[in-house]
Amino acid sequence: MAAGRSTQRAGSRMDSPADSPGNGSGSLDGLLAAKEIVIACGPGGVGKTTTAAAAGVMAALRQGGKVLVLTVDPAKRLANALGLEGIGNTESRVPDEAFRSAGLKPRGELWAAMLDTKESWDALIRRHAPDQQTRDQILANPLYKNISGRFVQSHDYIAMERLYEIHSEGKYDLIVVDTPPTRNALDFLDAPQRLADFFSSRLLRWLIVPYRSRLVNVATKPFYQVADRILGTQFLADISEFFVLFQSMYDGFVERAGAVQRLLSDRRTTFMVVSTLEGVPLREAEFFAQELTSRHLHLGAIVLNKVLPAYLQGSAAATVAEAMKDRAEELATSLAPMLGSADITLGDVAQIRRVLTEVADSFLNFRVVALREAEEKSQLGTVPEVLATVPFFDTDIYDLAGLVRLGEQIWD
Amino acid sequence: MTALLDLKLVFVTGKGGVGKTTVASALALLASQRGKRVLVCEVDAKGDVSGFYEAPPTGFVEKEILPGLFAMTMDTEASLREYLKLHLRIPVVGRIGPLAKAFDFVATAAPGVREILTVGKFCFEVRERNYDLVVVDAPASGHIIGQLAAPQAINDLVKVGLIRSQTDWMLEILSDASQTGLIAVCTPEEMPVNETIELAVRVKQDTTVQLSAVVVNRVLPELFSRQEEVVFDALTTAGPAEDLAELVGGDPGPVLQAARLAVTMRRTRSTHLERLREGIDPTVPLLYLPYLFTRSHGLRTTRQVAASLGEELGY
Repeated sequence: MAAGRSTQRAGSRMDSPADSPGNGSGSLDGLLAAKEIVIACGPGGVGKTTTAAAAGVMAALRQGGKVLVLTVDPAKRLANALGLEGIGNTESRVPDEAFRSAGLKPRGELWAAMLDTKESWDALIRRHAPDQQTRDQILANPLYKNISGRFVQSHDYIAMERLYEIHSEGKYDLIVVDTPPTRNALDFLDAPQRLADFFSSRLLRWLIVPYRSRLVNVATKPFYQVADRILGTQFLADISEFFVLFQSMYDGFVERAGAVQRLLSDRRTTFMVVSTLEGVPLREAEFFAQELTSRHLHLGAIVLNKVLPAYLQGSAAATVAEAMKDRAEELATSLAPMLGSADITLGDVAQIRRVLTEVADSFLNFRVVALREAEEKSQLGTVPEVLATVPFFDTDIYDLAGLVRLGEQIWD
Repeated sequence: MTALLDLKLVFVTGKGGVGKTTVASALALLASQRGKRVLVCEVDAKGDVSGFYEAPPTGFVEKEILPGLFAMTMDTEASLREYLKLHLRIPVVGRIGPLAKAFDFVATAAPGVREILTVGKFCFEVRERNYDLVVVDAPASGHIIGQLAAPQAINDLVKVGLIRSQTDWMLEILSDASQTGLIAVCTPEEMPVNETIELAVRVKQDTTVQLSAVVVNRVLPELFSRQEEVVFDALTTAGPAEDLAELVGGDPGPVLQAARLAVTMRRTRSTHLERLREGIDPTVPLLYLPYLFTRSHGLRTTRQVAASLGEELGY
């Protein structure tokens, strides 16, 4: 353990009842100090990547140690900020200079890496292939290229696999992972198991039966007949060849998938669900939080992004806005002399009236949304140890200073 | 370019969270309001579409949920059964026990099979002229290319067999810009705009489908004209703000602050809108939908969005 990070609190956590893992009063500072892996997950478009990066930056800044942010699909400017441009799969250190120029002095080291699905799959094949010939055949197989490059679920698996690999090298005190955008936020949790199932399935055994002996077996004959008619014999033969090759790596793969699965439920691992307070994403995030809890995975934090500022909810302000709207003409007439005294063009009553009305309408509009958000937040079904809210930033976050600005909102 | 509502098959995609389903639902509603027989289909099977019409959950079998508007949820296994029954006349289908498992396996092993069953179903509905318009609430922009390129990929991968023989007519429908189009939905924010520009490039490179329009969702209203903003700035200075407080008998601070927030938000977003316009082929129309200050998702919202969409399309 490097200086500044503490594991003191690691033991005390799993005691709370399964359906409510916490009361939201804990801090991300405390949570991260006790964990080695933080997995950020949640629906798409809620700022997951940025939030994960911000958490990593804060840990490096305040807690020290070696912190790695493993990200999937960062915005270009964010990738630049983390020094990830053109680096890809290998981890690289964010230079101290980058912190210094943002006026920051980190206690630890910040490292970053981007997930390259294809490259990670190739590395996995190289590791598990029994010999050079099998390795080359697999890497050259068109089906393999399809699976590793395009197959959606392969992203899910490889992200977790890569996390496992980095973690088992023991080079980092804390790894913050951003999960790939999936159709279903849960896919990556099931990915290791699904891969193991896939390689141990009976159908796989059917497919790798030598072609001639297939039509002899009465039980499996209809399957081959249908498969042949739909896919064509040649394609089926291609599939068979691919899986025959793959089978030589079966044990290694299944064992590895099991290890990845164990790492996810390890007590050093925690999940951070990121969402906004909008209806659809929030439903998805809540479902995800429940699912984590019911699988006995550690839901450590929920971070709510892009939340409108609290001053929009005030009822006194709403009364003022109503008055500005209802009495716009009268107010404009009273204000005109004062505004017009500095610059005569500002004294136009009709114009002031329009401004007052627009301002009041805008407030009342945003207030509807702000109130709805507050209500959504208060009705959250699953509340973990940390429940953090990030206000709506009026500019994009694309540098270290911006990440720290976001990070400070969720840290204490 | 064929007018949006005169197309036969429209895929609606976009980065997660930008309102893809809202736009797909609204587009289908608008078309049905204009007298067309419309099928709207959800591919991700999250069960959202029915909620946008206040209708009970939909299944693989199409159901008329509003006059002229039919909805369904894609189910690739059901699609396979229908496909086998309709196209291949395979009599044993009902008797294949492990069809689901076999299908799952083959679909996992051979990327493109699942996609082609999905796309194939829509192309089939178009070919049979069962509907005037089929609107697909398609996968997010990261996955749509794989789906639209599937018939071509299958053509490359599978040299013979019955699936192969089916891809030609699908490709014909997908490649015909007077029949098929893609709508990309985005919001005026950094990542959605980046992704939309990238999507436009990839659609051109990797698929035969035409990008018909980009819908920009949640566009904030312009609060002030230039001159009005000067008045607003003057109003927020100490003197006038105090006067206003006295006149209304309360602190106008939060109200003025909210307007400042709205102006800044709009300004940040307009730079992304400019990037979008520059990054997309000028022949592709950009349609703007206003930010709705409700954030509820029901028929009420769908109707509002459909109305805005209709205005943008000049109806």
